[in-house]
Amino acid sequence: MIKAPKNLKDMPITPLSRPTVASTGITGFWRTFRPILEPAKCNRCLLCWVFCPEGCIKRGAEDMPEIDYDYCKGCGICANECRLGAIKMEREGL
Amino acid sequence: MSRTIIDTGNHIAGYAAKAARAQVVAAYPITPQSPVVEQIAEFVERGEMDAEYIRVESEHSAMTACIGAAAAGARTFTATSAQGLALMHEMLHWASGARLPIVMAVVNRAMAPPWTIWADFSDSLSQRDTGWIQFYCASNQEIFDTVLQAYKLCEDRQVLLPAMVCFEGFILSHTSMPVKILDQEAIDDFLPPYDPVWVLDVGNPFSHGNMVFPEWYMEFRYFIQEAMDNAEKMIPEIDKEYGRRFGFEYGGHIERYRCEDADLVLLSMGTIGSEARIAVDNLRKQGVKVGSARLRVFRPFPKEEIRRLVKDVQMVAAIDRQISFGIEGPLFTEVKASLYGEQDHPLAAGFIAGLGGRDVTFHDIEKIAMKSLEWLRTGKVEEDVTWVGLRA
Repeated sequence: MIKAPKNLKDMPITPLSRPTVASTGITGFWRTFRPILEPAKCNRCLLCWVFCPEGCIKRGAEDMPEIDYDYCKGCGICANECRLGAIKMEREGL
Repeated sequence: MSRTIIDTGNHIAGYAAKAARAQVVAAYPITPQSPVVEQIAEFVERGEMDAEYIRVESEHSAMTACIGAAAAGARTFTATSAQGLALMHEMLHWASGARLPIVMAVVNRAMAPPWTIWADFSDSLSQRDTGWIQFYCASNQEIFDTVLQAYKLCEDRQVLLPAMVCFEGFILSHTSMPVKILDQEAIDDFLPPYDPVWVLDVGNPFSHGNMVFPEWYMEFRYFIQEAMDNAEKMIPEIDKEYGRRFGFEYGGHIERYRCEDADLVLLSMGTIGSEARIAVDNLRKQGVKVGSARLRVFRPFPKEEIRRLVKDVQMVAAIDRQISFGIEGPLFTEVKASLYGEQDHPLAAGFIAGLGGRDVTFHDIEKIAMKSLEWLRTGKVEEDVTWVGLRA
């Protein structure tokens, strides 16, 4: 963790950011619908991985898709693309 | 060995980029700038210049490529004009905000519409608040020298800002003049390789210009202002050092001509400043005490130097090759702003001349001087802004 500078003298001349998970907040928080994968129905074709516009689907063990809920905004494209109906969208917070 | 060649302002800007050992050049052609980058393309193609030449699909992309290259630690050069510069506008802020010392030749061309290809400063002066240093040249030799001086200034750790080296389209860009191309070893000694503070590195990834919250933003803007203040101090020092080494010196911020005992100083930028010398000589022959001061740097604006210039002068006439619609010429505005608060400041009058490439001759400048002196005699400037040569 980089410590925040205390005064002008300690500041860099321009902001430079190292790769950090959700440095300005977890954007998955914006989600209204949550994609739920049923591994039993999945044949690991990875169409969801290809189509996810946010890169929120990771290739897990033996290419089983894993959804990154820190960033997934619930657009539903993965569920729409899945030929086997292995991803269903559930309303958040219900 | 140095050698003297006869060539156009555009080609000379290309020679300067080569002499500065620019490593990446990304550009998109536009009249009257195109020959700058054509010249560089030839140098690269012939293997005389060790640079990556990136052809892009727009000026926005040209500046973006320059930003990427500069962020990767390369000395970077580009050139544009008018609408091309306007298209770059967003990226100009990204370059200065990232504190990247990119040097760009701006071949001044009036903004359309009406469509035009001829010179005025409406393109570069529209970009005055982007955090770029702005130089204005009055000869092809000065273009060569200023590009080298600009790198020296911009890459200094106290500055780290990009700069535009501006010169008027066709008046300089397509006019051949003798120019001394300096000895490469001597240039290398004056301008050592760029030593960046930060460099993009895939092995140690980070990105720049990311979001900061309101409690941090202001400080980064303050740093740019501080860098501009440092540049204001360093410009005359670099000009002097350059003069010592190479024999070409331009008076730092302002090139003065017969200003010593002048009642009236004609203040201008670019080639109007060289034409003004003829007017000054003619008027001096008639016993009129007039001098010419040619501003070489518009950002940072040399406030202190303007105050020194007009200390014993009774009147200053600012000749602007640009109109800031709704007020007056920007040079006139800045001069008055610099003098506010000074005791016994001189009278000031603002003249708009030479828009869209209209010729400004020494006759016009003599008329400006006579009009100003008329107002000086009565003690009152009768017009807020005077348009020179406007049709009745």
